[in-house]
Amino acid sequence: MGFYQQTGAISLMSARSLPRRLGASCVIVVGIAGVVGVLVSILAMATGLIQIANRSAHPDRAVVMSTGTDYETLSNLSRDAVRIIADARGVRRDANNRPLASAEVLVLVHLPLRAGGSGNLTLRGVSANAFALRPELHVVAGRMFNPMLRELIVGRTAQRQFRDLQVGRRLLVRGAEWTVVGVFEGHGDQHESEMMTGVEVLQSTFQRNAFQSVTVQLDSEASFADFRASLAGNPALAIEALRESDYYLRQSRAFTRLLTLVAYLVGGIMAIGAIFGALNTMDAAVSARSVEIATSRVLGFEPGAIVTSVFAEAVGLAALGAGLGGALAWLLFSGHAINTSGGGFTQLSVPVVVDARLVGVGILWACVIGMVGASLPALRAIRAPLASALKAT
Amino acid sequence: MKFIPLIWAGLWRKRTRTIFTLLSIVVAFILFGVLQGVATWLNGFGAGSHTNRLYVVSRISEIQPLPSGYLSHITRVAGVRQVAQVAALVGSYQQPTNTVVVLATDPRALFALYPEWRVAPQQLQALTRTRTGVIVGARVARLYGWRVGDVIPIRTSVLKNDGTTNWSFQVVGIYDSPDQPSEEDRMIANYEYIDEARHFERGTVFAFVVGIDDPSSATRICAAIDARFANSADETLTQDEKEYIQGQIRQLGDVGSLLNAIVGAVFFTLLFLTGNTLTQSVRERIPELAVLKAIGFADGSVTLLVLTEAALLCSAAALIGLLAAAALFPATAALGIAGTTLPAKVYAIGLLIAVGLALMSGLPPAWRAHRLQVVEALAGR
Repeated sequence: MGFYQQTGAISLMSARSLPRRLGASCVIVVGIAGVVGVLVSILAMATGLIQIANRSAHPDRAVVMSTGTDYETLSNLSRDAVRIIADARGVRRDANNRPLASAEVLVLVHLPLRAGGSGNLTLRGVSANAFALRPELHVVAGRMFNPMLRELIVGRTAQRQFRDLQVGRRLLVRGAEWTVVGVFEGHGDQHESEMMTGVEVLQSTFQRNAFQSVTVQLDSEASFADFRASLAGNPALAIEALRESDYYLRQSRAFTRLLTLVAYLVGGIMAIGAIFGALNTMDAAVSARSVEIATSRVLGFEPGAIVTSVFAEAVGLAALGAGLGGALAWLLFSGHAINTSGGGFTQLSVPVVVDARLVGVGILWACVIGMVGASLPALRAIRAPLASALKAT
Repeated sequence: MKFIPLIWAGLWRKRTRTIFTLLSIVVAFILFGVLQGVATWLNGFGAGSHTNRLYVVSRISEIQPLPSGYLSHITRVAGVRQVAQVAALVGSYQQPTNTVVVLATDPRALFALYPEWRVAPQQLQALTRTRTGVIVGARVARLYGWRVGDVIPIRTSVLKNDGTTNWSFQVVGIYDSPDQPSEEDRMIANYEYIDEARHFERGTVFAFVVGIDDPSSATRICAAIDARFANSADETLTQDEKEYIQGQIRQLGDVGSLLNAIVGAVFFTLLFLTGNTLTQSVRERIPELAVLKAIGFADGSVTLLVLTEAALLCSAAALIGLLAAAALFPATAALGIAGTTLPAKVYAIGLLIAVGLALMSGLPPAWRAHRLQVVEALAGR
């Protein structure tokens, strides 16, 4: 018999005896399901964050803020700066030769959440060109706001997250009444967690002269360098231009890193626990089969084949556990959103996205745990002195 | 007591198995200790707060500026002893990741309101004399090697009248906060300097800190301050220190329930593992347990033996795990979360869980031992 045939024969034999060791085998499955479930669930939030960032980001658009901050809420641009940015090289112009640029003001409004408690919702004042600039945004219920009136439209995610934002509702903000006139949708991007209104109305209500950011449509992806160079020629401006894609990545980076760190830290510690569990199980499996293994050694089975069969059993059980853990994470959390506070004081709704890549990571971890868990018992199986192993009952 | 050697022998009957089980429980309790420590710290955050301090922020949202002119109105509210305005300048030192927060305030009033922040009187005096001066927290001073007399450049996003966003401050003093070292990360500067130099939002503040004489009248004073500005463009929200801090923690939202879910998953996994080990160990020892019964051990004693074994394993592992968690816990402070010592409550909960774990995983095998029929067991049936 060749090596593979031997391995196959022994593995089949051990698989047949699995039902007798059901309880012990479950330890590996359940232990690893726990590890993979936790790991995948936390990583799924990081994936959700990155997904929002990617959906919000268009490489042929640029965001300009004042230097020294990653958050729009902390940025301030003067009216002069706004004019210079809109007129910079590389900015696309519309049919009327006006630059496709939107100077925006952000106000955070503290509102009650559906889940109880309250959170900060961004009210973004946008210029007339904002929706030509962001064609992906469209009103799905009600109508667009009139930029001259205290009217606003609400993003789909924000409406789900906060209470009392249905079309027709009135909101008291800074002593003035604002009417919700519509609901808008992007394709699952950051703006769906905001409200929008006309920038002038917002500025006059809040007596603000400054703007927080300017978003521009570039002639093409490649014209970003030209655009940036044109602004850098004026160092007194103290502004920084970023590609929209870089801007969103930078914003979500800190939180994504924290989540990933927590996922691998907690998952790692749990994995160590699961390794001990796996060691126990495989140890029990090997000792339960000690006579059988000794017999096959006497019959001339190679030690390598025996070792491989122990590994195969552990990895098989581990993969089963990983599948279970991934499925649980998907069933329990996928499609849900975790509410938490994001950078720059705004409320964030992080969707939990369990995808194939994450399940892959989970299976990889499971296999490693299974292999480590099988290693010592496998060695023990082929090291046991034959005579005593055969005598064992 | 005399059965201790027997229990001990039972535990170490299969040494590797006991060690592996012990270690996996230890790992679970390390995880529990750290996560529960963070959760407890988040919930109890602000518990050590000072009841004679109130915070006034905008009702629109806590980062919406308020007019600095509110100061005199608040001072006149009955029961208010002292008020300090606070505006914040968020920036970075040298590297964009070295975030620093400069509080623009009336330093005399602020240090009077925070007696737990200790600063030498002559340094405070120097700050009132030096317009561009700053008193920095001991922790940031150590971190960046700042000494009294240094001039430090801070990059911000706040535009100055000269068109730049770079600010500079002269270190005139260093404060420490022995009870709350995490509060040693602020920089305290003169409001006049920052407000006159900035281009936007001049004449506004981020919050007012209000000192009151009688904490029992806090609710009345909060209502009185908010009533003073009701129906104005900038309505206020006044809260005591505990409410104010917990409001910020609450914004972390579902994080607490997430931590609980993880701990739950860990313990479920663990219960399964320990329960299995104990069952296995009892199954293997059926003949031995039968012998014990044959030589006169009562059913109850045998059950108790098995249960004690489980309790010993779980509580020893829990203790090791919790101690290791306590050693690891200060590391969470580096992430900007949690404190420096593991709260005592975590130990208590941990040990309770250990007992519960021992009971839940030990009862089924103990019951089996209880019902064991001597004759059948000895015959191997």
